[in-house]
Amino acid sequence: MPQEDHINVRYVAGLARISLTPEEEAAYASQLDRILHYVAQLDALDLSSVPEHSLEAHGCDFTRPDLARPPQPLDDALHNAPRRVGDQFAVPKVVE
Amino acid sequence: MSSPLHTQPLAALRRQLLSRDISPADLLHSVEASIAQHDPAIGAYLQRDFPTALAEAHRADLSLPLGGIPIGIKDIINVKGQPLTCGSKMLAGKFISPYDATVITRLRAAGAIPFGKLNMDEFAMGSSTENSALQITRNPWDLTRVPGGSSGGSAAAVASGTAVATLGTDTGGSIRQPASFCGIVGLKPSYGRVSRYGCTAYASSLDQIGPMTRSVADAALLLQAIAGPDPADSTCRRDPVPDFSAALQGDIRGLRIGLPKEYFGDGIDPAVRAAVDRAITLLEAAGAELRPLSLPHSSSAIAAYYIIATAEASANLARFDGIRYGHRCDQPENLRDLYDRSRAEGFGPEVKRRIILGTYVLSSGYYDAYYRKAQKVRHLIRQDFAQAFAQVDVLLGPTCPTPAFKFGAHTSDPLQMYLADIYTIAANLAGLCGLSLPCGTTPPTAEAPALPIGLQWLAPPLGEATLLRAAAAAEQLLA
Repeated sequence: MPQEDHINVRYVAGLARISLTPEEEAAYASQLDRILHYVAQLDALDLSSVPEHSLEAHGCDFTRPDLARPPQPLDDALHNAPRRVGDQFAVPKVVE
Repeated sequence: MSSPLHTQPLAALRRQLLSRDISPADLLHSVEASIAQHDPAIGAYLQRDFPTALAEAHRADLSLPLGGIPIGIKDIINVKGQPLTCGSKMLAGKFISPYDATVITRLRAAGAIPFGKLNMDEFAMGSSTENSALQITRNPWDLTRVPGGSSGGSAAAVASGTAVATLGTDTGGSIRQPASFCGIVGLKPSYGRVSRYGCTAYASSLDQIGPMTRSVADAALLLQAIAGPDPADSTCRRDPVPDFSAALQGDIRGLRIGLPKEYFGDGIDPAVRAAVDRAITLLEAAGAELRPLSLPHSSSAIAAYYIIATAEASANLARFDGIRYGHRCDQPENLRDLYDRSRAEGFGPEVKRRIILGTYVLSSGYYDAYYRKAQKVRHLIRQDFAQAFAQVDVLLGPTCPTPAFKFGAHTSDPLQMYLADIYTIAANLAGLCGLSLPCGTTPPTAEAPALPIGLQWLAPPLGEATLLRAAAAAEQLLA
């Protein structure tokens, strides 16, 4: 694990699209540093013999036939939208 | 005082239903009366729709395997037309399930009646159900203690006698650990044995849905109903589903039971150790063949898990954007503000912590150091189990190092809470099936009443028949 790093919580929370209060930021910084220190124990393992693509597919490596099926009804899809306009989800304006 | 009708074994209930000695409505009324009496103190149920369930009971097809039997559902599984919360303010009061999860479709096809949604750690992230944003769930054995988690409501409902049986989910032990804490049977099926379609995703390479019941036979019946291939879930295996109830008929003479030395090390509570040792002695006397062995990478499982699970969670929970469903902040200034504040207001502390950790381990410059490395460790853990199962049929040990802990015992230190899952997590990383079976209680003291202890059985992927056979035999020996 990168030893020189402390997690920059504000930056990473921004990547995750979660705004934090200063109190949350301070608490998470200390907790996450401790967790990252714990997971650094994996550095002690010799992983040189483990193949790069080592995650087997659990026997689930197949796909279903590519057949058209009826879509979810529009009203069902929109039913839980916190805001909708007609048959569409409402979002803030994204162009100037 | 006699036990309520609905706390009898599923097979006995089915016989009485078929003979018309009782009706599905009688059964449902019995469950509802118990909930009204006991759940105010326990807090297992988040919501239930008795009129709808009663209407279903009146038209139940008793010829089906679970005809007229009500089953409680962890509130992470979609039941069409019912609210879904995932224990989160993100969804509570804001989401009605538009469809049935495949396990619900299958329960209905088997004649069962999904009844009641059960409390849980928010988005299944936790080991005590203290992370529910909605209510506290208490351990029926000691109301000052947690029921375990994340399927704490599902476990507490069965243990308090307010459900016939329930469904939970298990990503790192979330069925087996609360089953252990509450003194019930909890079965995590092999990865791919049960469809997750319609189950809110936490960590998609680890999550499984499974039964939580009073007996191994009940778990077998419930698993039979929900297992099998599903075109709607590409991770659901196409292998045939054996007759699990038939598997219970065998005995355990000659069964090779592995005892991983890493599951009996420091940190195990003496009462837990004594109960597990007693079970081992009984199994050996009954003809099982015990073999000590080693799973050398066990100590790395929690570290690997909290990299892989949080990485997957950070991707899965990206769907909660304040636009399509779930909480939306007031008067966003722009799209970025909508995302940032909706997620900040909707998610609780543990969910935010895991999303941030998962985002970090996947971020540029850190992926190789964390995620890729954890996946390689996962490979080694899977190899450990493969080598063990070349020598033995099943593995045995404690489900948890301690009995149920007090509320607040680990809330200030997330890492300590994570370490409570030390014996359960590796099974998820390796895709195994596992089962927690009650194997005794702690001696009552001035500080605590008797508390249940769980015995964990592990079997190879798709080894549920062997797992259930071994657990059913042990259940009889321990009775």
